[in-house]
Amino acid sequence: MKKQNEQHKFPWSHIIGFVFSIVLTFLAVGVALYTDLSLQTIVIIIFAFAFLQAAVQLFMFMHIKEGDGGWQIAKMASAAFIAIVIAYGSYWVMTNMH
Amino acid sequence: MRKGEVKMFSFIKENLILDDPLILTANIMIFLTVIGIIAVLTYYKKWKWLWTEWLTTVDHKRIGIMYIIAAILMLFRGGVDALLMRAQLTVPNNDFLSSQHYNEIFTTHGVIMIIFMAMPFLFGLMNIVVPLQIGARDVAFPYLNALSYWSFFFGALLFNISFVFGGSPDAGWTNYAPLAIEGSPGPGVNYYLLGLQISGIGTLLTGINFIVTIIKMRAPGMTLMRMPMFTWTTLIASFIIVFAFPVLTVTLALMTFDRLFGTHFFTLADGGMPMLWSNLFWIWGHPEVYIVILPAFGIFSEIISSFAKKTLFGYKSMVISIVAISFLSFIVWVHHFFTMGGSAAVNNFFSITTMAISIPTGIKIFNWLFTLYKGRIELKTPMLWSLGFIPTFVIGGVTGVMLGMAAADFQFHNTYFLVAHFHYALIAGTVFACFAGLVFWYPKMFGHRLDERLGKWTFWLFTIGFNVCFLPQFLLGFDGMPRRIYTYGPENDWTFLNVVSTIGAVGMGVGFLVLVYNIIYSFRYAERDMTGDSWGVGRTLEWATTTAIPPHYNFAVIPEVKGLDAYWIMKEEQKAGQKPFVEYKPIHMPSNVGTPFVMSVFFFVAGFGLVFKLWWMAILGGIGVLLCMIYRSLRSHKEDEGYYVTVDEIIKTEHNHKQYKEA
Amino acid sequence: MAQVSGSVGPNTPLEYQSSIGRLNIFGFWIFLGAEVALFATIFATYFTIYSYNVLGGHGHHHVGGGPLPSELFEIEGTLIMTLLLLTSSFTCGLAIHEMRKHEVKRMNMWLIITLLLGLAFLVMEIYEFIHYAHEGATIGTNAYWSSFYLLTGTHGLHVTLGIGWMILILLQVWKRGLTPDTAKKVFISSLYWHFLDFIWIFVFTGVYLVGLVGS
Repeated sequence: MKKQNEQHKFPWSHIIGFVFSIVLTFLAVGVALYTDLSLQTIVIIIFAFAFLQAAVQLFMFMHIKEGDGGWQIAKMASAAFIAIVIAYGSYWVMTNMH
Repeated sequence: MRKGEVKMFSFIKENLILDDPLILTANIMIFLTVIGIIAVLTYYKKWKWLWTEWLTTVDHKRIGIMYIIAAILMLFRGGVDALLMRAQLTVPNNDFLSSQHYNEIFTTHGVIMIIFMAMPFLFGLMNIVVPLQIGARDVAFPYLNALSYWSFFFGALLFNISFVFGGSPDAGWTNYAPLAIEGSPGPGVNYYLLGLQISGIGTLLTGINFIVTIIKMRAPGMTLMRMPMFTWTTLIASFIIVFAFPVLTVTLALMTFDRLFGTHFFTLADGGMPMLWSNLFWIWGHPEVYIVILPAFGIFSEIISSFAKKTLFGYKSMVISIVAISFLSFIVWVHHFFTMGGSAAVNNFFSITTMAISIPTGIKIFNWLFTLYKGRIELKTPMLWSLGFIPTFVIGGVTGVMLGMAAADFQFHNTYFLVAHFHYALIAGTVFACFAGLVFWYPKMFGHRLDERLGKWTFWLFTIGFNVCFLPQFLLGFDGMPRRIYTYGPENDWTFLNVVSTIGAVGMGVGFLVLVYNIIYSFRYAERDMTGDSWGVGRTLEWATTTAIPPHYNFAVIPEVKGLDAYWIMKEEQKAGQKPFVEYKPIHMPSNVGTPFVMSVFFFVAGFGLVFKLWWMAILGGIGVLLCMIYRSLRSHKEDEGYYVTVDEIIKTEHNHKQYKEA
Repeated sequence: MAQVSGSVGPNTPLEYQSSIGRLNIFGFWIFLGAEVALFATIFATYFTIYSYNVLGGHGHHHVGGGPLPSELFEIEGTLIMTLLLLTSSFTCGLAIHEMRKHEVKRMNMWLIITLLLGLAFLVMEIYEFIHYAHEGATIGTNAYWSSFYLLTGTHGLHVTLGIGWMILILLQVWKRGLTPDTAKKVFISSLYWHFLDFIWIFVFTGVYLVGLVGS
């Protein structure tokens, strides 16, 4: 299996992931609390940031590509799909009831 | 008597149900059976045997057999429930069962048949067959496998004692709020919530186990597209399990909190949303029915191609279909409550997805028909079940499309039309497959086949009885008979069809009895099979073992797979004079372990405590579970060491049957 | 027993070297998929109830008494908690990095720091809950607060179990050293720990940010 031999020297991917996550967190706070956008716009933007940060952490922190990387990535991608179906689907259905 | 003893005595007295004659009889029979089992085990000094051979086993074949035994017992209990319901409904204004009793019975009938009969039956077959079909020695996580079985067992046990102690749940197998919360004080619904929760843990673990097993432990040469169809359907059903069962876990927990801890998820007051239960329940509930039907499809694929002596037609499209079905199964759930008030957009969307899911299913039906076409069909019992499945399931399917049209559903919903539809789909689909799979793989479990003649009697009695029972129910639905009513008036003009339906139900019951008799009769008189390929038509690796019941290590040498229908290819090569090179090496096998059983007992204790709000018991059980998990973490390196089967032992096992033949 | 496909080379990390190791790690990823579905359901409940009871669309509004989330949430505390957990995920990654260099002492150090950060997160969360309860927002107050406590409480329970699990693993490394078996356990518990921050991203976004802005 592929190895990050370079990783042995210095944990670059972890540091990049850490910095990215902090940046995205503060960006989200900024958009949510310090702009005048509508609630719907804010929600879309900060959730986009959330998904981005989640992906960063999957690849940078959790080594998702190692081992059976293909299957693992497919698993989390389908989990993301299921999560959106369940969370957003429920919200959509339940808020469209008479 | 001391205070504690008085309290315990009055607790038992309050909850033990002795006033209803039917329940009292059941109570007495359960008591006598338990005494009987204890007596037999003690007399024959079999307690140690029970512990070492069955309670602590991690062998997938033994676990599978235990699943199937439990499933058949549950089939009996669920079937008795059904017959009681039919008896009550045969004539108008009947008072054989009170409305309360009737409600409890249709609730337990539904829960038992789906959760405690169909699922374990299929899991049992999956456990026995799939590792053999992929040429593996066991599943990826044998410890988890045992834990799956015992948590199922104790979850089922918890649910089953409800009717003799405390009262059964009575809000339907769908358990809608607010009936299930404000409308059902008492322990009944708690039994539902905790019984399903505990056995659901086992199901989730099984899903994970089989995904890893199938992806990672296939014999060399077995690519994904060379896997048998039953393995494919097991893999896909396992993916559905992994994503759907956590939804149930949360949903049950939410209502448990509402009932026990004063939260307000589904309550009528303080902002709760009863309809949210229906939404969440069916997000799990719809994928659930695909969990029980996909392995059934796999079973039929195996049997049809084996007894038609042809490779399955359209293998690729079969695989694509089941993947499509699994994906679509997560986006159709609102069709279970079209009438709950969703907007046009909501109902339309789910109506379209519902109708779409019939397309891949239809493709599969055509592939089975094309497999049969120009095959050299052997009409053995498993094939009969498969042939019966095709037209009968199609009736279930097309009535499903009728129900899937949201506007039309306003007429059909919650009438007997719906009841008939899902019984046609579930019985012709899942139950027929369970019977077919049981008969087909019986020699793998017990070393002999079930009697053919009795098998055919079972098939015809059950199938004809089934159609006589449920076909009239479509008409009753059109005539306006709602479901879940305990009686009706003579002025409704439903009597005749109900009488016919009951006659059919009796036929099904008799068919079941013939099956039980078959099991006993064959145990005594059937010829023991000498080869691994008992029917002679085996195409896949489970038939490639040297003995009928595989040795505990399955294969002495892991087979090399050269294509689809691997064993068929091996047989052809042998006929052509090619002999496989055989070199025995010591085989590493997992050891038995007792913690899964013990942990599940603690689950039961915790569950029972929560059912009756005995907080000390619940905490005790919870601590017990936690301790077992800690023990496992600290001891896993020892428990997972396993042992080695020596080459001598392998040689003896492999060639033993030959000696038997020569003698 | 486990005849596993997949090759092992000289550079393969210790935790992937045994066939059980590879199976367990792969199986754990599958389990994480299930956990995603679990939290998605809790989020579904939270968003639905929030929409009806706090945002007040569709004829319902602010049902059941009790304070509004925007009245009680404070961004400073939440940001600190978020950074604590995020940092603990980072230090956990550093621990694995050290593990792959066979630097057991450093690995242990980073793991202990991870635990302490996680514990700090939990302590803050408990104080938060106590504060809200004093202000009249308990789990039984109304549907909104039931779902708030359910979501954050389930996450907090997962963190607690994670801390306990890591302590058990540290004990085993201390007793038996770094073997393919203990390396596998450290790696899997680290995956779990990362996952908890993964979920927290969505809690932070969907509960706290939306809660502060929404009403």
